[in-house]
Amino acid sequence: MKSLRAWLMRVAGMFSREQRRAGFDLELQNHIELQVEENLRAGMGAFEARRAALMKLGGLEKTRQAYSERGTVPFLETLMQDLRFAGRQLRKNPGFSVLAVLMLMVGVAASTAIFAFVDAALLKPLPYPKPDRLVEVTESVSFMPRANLSYLDYLDWKRMNREFQSMEAFRPTAYLLKTASGTEPVPGEMVSDGFFRTLGVAPLLGRDFYAGEDLPSGPMSVMLSFPAWQKYYGGRKSVVGEAVSLNGIPYTIVGVMPKTFEFAPRNNAEFWTALHATDSCSLRRSCHNLTGIARLNDGVSVATARANIITIAEELEREYPVTNRGQGVSVMSLSEAIVGDIRPILLTLLAGAGLLLLIACVNVSSLLLVRSESRKREIAVRGALGASPWRLKRQFITEGLILALIGSGLGMAVAYGLARVLVQLVSRDMIIHMPYLEGMGLNLRVFGFIMTVFLIAAVLFSLTPMSRLSSVEMREGLTEGARGSSGRGWRRLGANLVILELAVAVVLLVCAGLLGKSFYHLLHVDLNFEPQHLATAMVVLPDAVYAKDAQIVAVRREIVRRVGNLPGVTSASATTVIPTSCNCNTDWIRFVGRPYDGKHIEVNQRDVSAGYFTTLQTKLVRGRFFIEDEDAGKPLVAIINKAFAKKYFGNEDPVGKRMGDTELTPKSIKEIVGVVDDLREASLDAEIVPAVYYPIDQNTDSQFALVVRSKQDVNTLLPVLAPTIHAIDPGVGVVEEETMTQYISDSQSAYLHRSSAWMVTGFAGLALLLSTLGLYGVIAYSVSQREREIGVRMALGAQRSAVYRLILGEAGRLAGWGIAAGVVCSVGAAMLLRSLLFGVQAWDAGTLATVALLLGTSAMFAAYVPARRAASISPQEALRSE
Amino acid sequence: MGDKADVWQGTLVLMVLKTLEILGPQHGYGIARRIEQTSGDLLSLNYGTLYPALLKMEQEGSIRSEWGLSENNRKAKIYTLTAAGRRQLKRETMSWEQTTSIVARFFEKTEDPA
Repeated sequence: MKSLRAWLMRVAGMFSREQRRAGFDLELQNHIELQVEENLRAGMGAFEARRAALMKLGGLEKTRQAYSERGTVPFLETLMQDLRFAGRQLRKNPGFSVLAVLMLMVGVAASTAIFAFVDAALLKPLPYPKPDRLVEVTESVSFMPRANLSYLDYLDWKRMNREFQSMEAFRPTAYLLKTASGTEPVPGEMVSDGFFRTLGVAPLLGRDFYAGEDLPSGPMSVMLSFPAWQKYYGGRKSVVGEAVSLNGIPYTIVGVMPKTFEFAPRNNAEFWTALHATDSCSLRRSCHNLTGIARLNDGVSVATARANIITIAEELEREYPVTNRGQGVSVMSLSEAIVGDIRPILLTLLAGAGLLLLIACVNVSSLLLVRSESRKREIAVRGALGASPWRLKRQFITEGLILALIGSGLGMAVAYGLARVLVQLVSRDMIIHMPYLEGMGLNLRVFGFIMTVFLIAAVLFSLTPMSRLSSVEMREGLTEGARGSSGRGWRRLGANLVILELAVAVVLLVCAGLLGKSFYHLLHVDLNFEPQHLATAMVVLPDAVYAKDAQIVAVRREIVRRVGNLPGVTSASATTVIPTSCNCNTDWIRFVGRPYDGKHIEVNQRDVSAGYFTTLQTKLVRGRFFIEDEDAGKPLVAIINKAFAKKYFGNEDPVGKRMGDTELTPKSIKEIVGVVDDLREASLDAEIVPAVYYPIDQNTDSQFALVVRSKQDVNTLLPVLAPTIHAIDPGVGVVEEETMTQYISDSQSAYLHRSSAWMVTGFAGLALLLSTLGLYGVIAYSVSQREREIGVRMALGAQRSAVYRLILGEAGRLAGWGIAAGVVCSVGAAMLLRSLLFGVQAWDAGTLATVALLLGTSAMFAAYVPARRAASISPQEALRSE
Repeated sequence: MGDKADVWQGTLVLMVLKTLEILGPQHGYGIARRIEQTSGDLLSLNYGTLYPALLKMEQEGSIRSEWGLSENNRKAKIYTLTAAGRRQLKRETMSWEQTTSIVARFFEKTEDPA
């Protein structure tokens, strides 16, 4: 208690030192006067009396010192002194300090922001209990490693597997919600009864689906997402038990999910209904429209579970050879399924940011090195005056700490802002699939990351100048200043740092170049249609109203006709899948008159209206396009793409050939009437696979996409689409009105390539800047150290050009080594990047040459400034300064 | 070994407390002189060491100080015992007496040391 009080008083005393000193001086003075008076009284002479008084005191200065040490905390006191001194040092060289702090800030900010991203996406587990036990379970076919699961297969897998605690299925859908103001299309999700229990999430309100609620005989019940509950019901608790009309069918609300509930594959679903497998697709084993998730039994690995499902799939294949032949299995951890695609990009970005951080630290270190060199004299003097080596080291540690602290503190602040910007840059559509990014922020792990960086930086920044502080160097310090030759050791270390820095910059620049090139290739990939001036929208027909095929055909034709008549519109058409979406919605076919080997021929299948290809401006290669009125009453026909023709017909003319389903059911037989160009159906970086197109009127579906071409700015068309269609029937849902170019640039592949290209380019640009600055610093310092030598050379008759040669030659050697090392490393780095590259090789000579040239030029530029200064040295002055 | 003994480790505080109890408020020089006189000039007190000790006691709350006038009409810092200081004095006196009585027992039968 007592000592704590004393300690606190001493700490407080640090802030009133001057006052206390003045007070004590007065007290001492009085003390001495009293003693002197007494001594005088005792008969001493005036001088002797004062001398004796001081002796009795044990020395004025010593007393003052002892008193003042007791008054404060000496350790803190020296720390404050060190801090003040460090602050003075930093202020004395504002250029150095600002540069060092800024460099570190850039490195910390970039790496922290990216780390926060990676943390959110890769480290933050799925927001469910025991997330590592959750797996995604789907079927797999040749060109879709993760295809959909058919309902009947799902039931068998669920029943026969031994490794899952539970297995569930889900399927995205859209519902037409009847509200007071009309009908509104809303995103929904159909899930099997145990879906939420398998995830481990309980409803906030009401109850979960009970077992068996998803059977065809089960009641029509729905659970609301938290946002939907807020949006449509204002968060009313009485909502449970109320009825809601979806697609014209009454459902009962049984529960509300918590606010924190998220499901990355479809985070925007508002209405979660029990999966009633009554649709025609669910009754066919060959129709695949579900995704499975499962919770593994404790201690079971993903591989074991996969092996188990593969056995089951093989059994089913023997049992149902027609529908299940060649149906593979995909079982992977749910987190892998959700973030697998973006992992390589995030890791690339993290590596890029890390390299930038490395450059920044190397740069600050080399600056510190330069400075410690020029402070040698100061250090030597302090040492000679009695500062202990530890005290001198402490000074460097303090300065390193201050730099690291300010740099990483600012970096953290910038990173915080940067992370927000990054999230903003992610489009809404992407966030739906990456809800985990929204929770991104400065959590404990991110803070830990910053602390680690800070500590490493602090150690690095204190050790670097300390390494120059051996006793030998210190002794030299006193004498050396006069001689002015810079230590060879320093030159070697500084040079190595510059080489390292340049090499890292090359790696970053090459990667940025390759990613940029990939992105360029991606955007200029052959689409085989003209995306400009195209608008798209999804149309959802209420099933209850349009129950018969003929009704669907009629209303769809009317919609296409009315939209086609809008001002500026040159043509309108319908399809089931918008181009550039995916290699999905496949069909299994078999050719008439060819031996059947039992293998499925799996092709992309799209149902399109007559004017579809002309609207898209996709070229007809052979035969004809579909014609109007080609409906179920007419012979069934098909158009194939060039990839299809090439793969299955080679040099034969496919027009007139016939094909059907795998059993060649008579009513499935279609005749190929035309071949069109390889219209890009899947994402920009995916392979073109065979595709088949059927007339949309021969294959009815209540959901379809509109594709409209306009002469005018297509953005003006978007807002009028829904009103035009609602004029026909206000109950029809119209969603996702978008321009085709927007659709393409928002697509995941374009987004990922674009963002990674931009970000790595940003890193590379900063790396170029930092490494040029670093080179400049080292060369400039080396010139300043060699002024005398250069002066002598010039006095002895060296030309200015020779001085330029000397300095630029040295810089060129460093740059050459750095660039050479960087080129070797970057080929290696680019090999790791391969999965992200599109249409460009890892050893792209053009990129390598450009980077080498760019960096070489900027290095020479960085060296030119000090070289010019060296060349302008006046020999007389350099010699006189001796 | 000099003629006079140095102040034993840890006893300075006790002496200061006792001095202030007896003399009442007093300035540093007065305390120093008093300690020396009380010891019959057997103790050699380095006056300079007294001041950090006074500061320490003040920080610990056993004494407090205020500016007043010394006998020569100069501004002087006057130290006063606080309540906590009195308690401390009582405690330390007891423990000191105990210590000396224990030590004394060891020498009961021996003659005076040289």
